[in-house]
Amino acid sequence: MSINFSTWFTPRTPLDKPSKRLLTFGSFAIPLLLWCLFSYAPFLWHPQVEITQSGGVSYFREGTLVDKEVFQKVVDKKVAENPGIDVSELPQGIPSNPVYLPAPHEVATAFYTAFTTPPKRSNEPWLHESLWHSIQVIAWGFFWAMLFGVPLGVLAGTYASASHIIEPFTEFFRYLPAPAFGALAVAILGIYDAPKIAIIFIGTFFQMVLIVAATTRKLNIALVEASLTLGCKGLRMIRRVILPGILPDLYRDMRILLGWAWTYLIVAELIGTSSGITWFITQQARYKNFDNVFAAILIIGIIGLVTDIILARLGKRLFPWHNSK
Amino acid sequence: MNSHPLNEWITPEIQDRNERILKRPPVLDIQKLHKSFEHKGKPVEVLREIDFTAYKREFICVVGPSGCGKSTLARLVAGLETIDDGQILMDGEAVKAPGPDRGMVFQSYSLFPWMTVKDNVMFGLVESGMSKLTAESEALQWIDLVGLEKFADSYPHQLSGGMKQRVAIIRALANQPKVLLMDEPFAALDPKNRLKMQQYLLEIWQNIDITIFFITHDLDEAIYLADRILVLDAHPGRVKEVVNVPLPRPREEETFLSPAFMATKVYLESLVHHEDEEVEDMEDKLKMVRMVSVNSDVPDIF
Ligand SMILES: Nc1ncnc2c1ncn2[C@@H]1O[C@H](COP(=O)(O)OP(=O)(O)OP(=O)(O)O)[C@@H](O)[C@H]1O
Ligand SMILES: [Mg+2]
Repeated sequence: MSINFSTWFTPRTPLDKPSKRLLTFGSFAIPLLLWCLFSYAPFLWHPQVEITQSGGVSYFREGTLVDKEVFQKVVDKKVAENPGIDVSELPQGIPSNPVYLPAPHEVATAFYTAFTTPPKRSNEPWLHESLWHSIQVIAWGFFWAMLFGVPLGVLAGTYASASHIIEPFTEFFRYLPAPAFGALAVAILGIYDAPKIAIIFIGTFFQMVLIVAATTRKLNIALVEASLTLGCKGLRMIRRVILPGILPDLYRDMRILLGWAWTYLIVAELIGTSSGITWFITQQARYKNFDNVFAAILIIGIIGLVTDIILARLGKRLFPWHNSK
Repeated sequence: MNSHPLNEWITPEIQDRNERILKRPPVLDIQKLHKSFEHKGKPVEVLREIDFTAYKREFICVVGPSGCGKSTLARLVAGLETIDDGQILMDGEAVKAPGPDRGMVFQSYSLFPWMTVKDNVMFGLVESGMSKLTAESEALQWIDLVGLEKFADSYPHQLSGGMKQRVAIIRALANQPKVLLMDEPFAALDPKNRLKMQQYLLEIWQNIDITIFFITHDLDEAIYLADRILVLDAHPGRVKEVVNVPLPRPREEETFLSPAFMATKVYLESLVHHEDEEVEDMEDKLKMVRMVSVNSDVPDIF
């Protein structure tokens, strides 16, 4: 099979295999390439200068970054003071990017060293421990949200009465920002993991109820009516028709909501006793170790992507009837 | 009565059969049925004073112009809509909610996509409390009957439209309903497949104890299938006439060519004449369109 470019520009047309591979590869390769270009091609951007030789200027220390203009001004001043100065006595430096944009190889190194470097203080967790802690907080928060959110959503989507008693309040609560409950959660639940789990819960639960209700309502009404004429009703119908009918979509909803849970993690980990991967990021940013920051962000991205791919694969296995729809 | 244009085609045998049908016990009795829907805050009358009785093992077809309330009537019988006034009796008992005594086959495919053909057919049986094992063997018999043995473990999306409707029919029949309601079940099929499905349906109907209430807008289909045809009028839906089909049974493909068939079709067309209405409608709309100035540079196309 060869690449058929015309399918690239036809709406809602499946692609051939090589095109798919090429584009998926490009989806990661293009941002990476841009990053490399900006990091390694000195004529692109590079608004600062990394000092390699102070040239007698007191505040130019080797390795520090200064803005290009500042650097140029100092050099000009030196030349003006002493027109016959030798070039080797002037301050020297190489163009570089600001500290918040580390180059790919620096991040790659940080990615490796972040796991191998022991914490600065003995009571601080290793990176992998922080990570594991974060995953647990997310898992519990999401578990509780699902435990209550899915049944309520299905009920609201099935019965108009349930919809009217459940949805208005949920709709109201969904607009309240979850972080606003941080202090309250700590006051009620203490300073350890409970308030963090509560923040994840608050952040996903209300959305979940509404999304699941909408998904349930999208179930083909003919299926419900067919089951009624076949003598099925009430909770039995929910179990035998509605739940299996919406399951593939419900599964997809959960995959999307799980992504949201990660967004609330950063708030959750800042309250009470700080912990977890996002705390690691905040702290590293404070020390200006941006390579570590990028490495940690990358880790979260990879975890998210890998979970999603696994869940998508699993979904295809679980719902063989769904791929033709 | 003598003046009825179809009387000349009613042979003594057909007359005899019709009379015997009317002596059977009534299964479905619709009495003074009214139904309105709310549209933009105003009630719109859809069905007015429908009176009709279907007898045991009768094949009834319902025809009428589009929007006259055929589907609504079937849904009322199924218990999927609430009755405004009047009543529907099934074997003498008033219909209040959907139940397994009234099976329904919808126009849109309504098989459960997550179940195999076999599980779809077993669905109603298991709901009625039958054990999985008995339900399975019974379902397989039904599947055999419509020639889908090979597809017992397939999912609906792997079947053609005709096969899906066959499964929908046996899924409803497996429950042994007294009445099978069918709302334009073959409308989406091509003519050849439709004829095949009609033949299937007649064959099944002849072999089991079932009364069929079949909605269609295809007059050929109605005449080919029905003992009696309930013709509805539109706006609001009322009973226009109940036509006895002057065709002997069993019906073959040649039935479509018989003079009695033609005569019935001509007569039904005169009753329904929905084509005329649509043309009139179209004329009105065209007039409206013509009133809009097309392009000031070109005042007239002539
Ligand atoms: N749930 C509903 N709410 C409001 N109006 C409805 C509803 N269902 C049907 N109607 C209206 O009732 C009328 C009859 O509809 P119905 O579907 O029974 O007609 P029909 O004879 O089956 O038409 P067709 O031949 O096109 O299938 C239509 O005018 C329709 O707009
Ligand atoms: Mg209809």
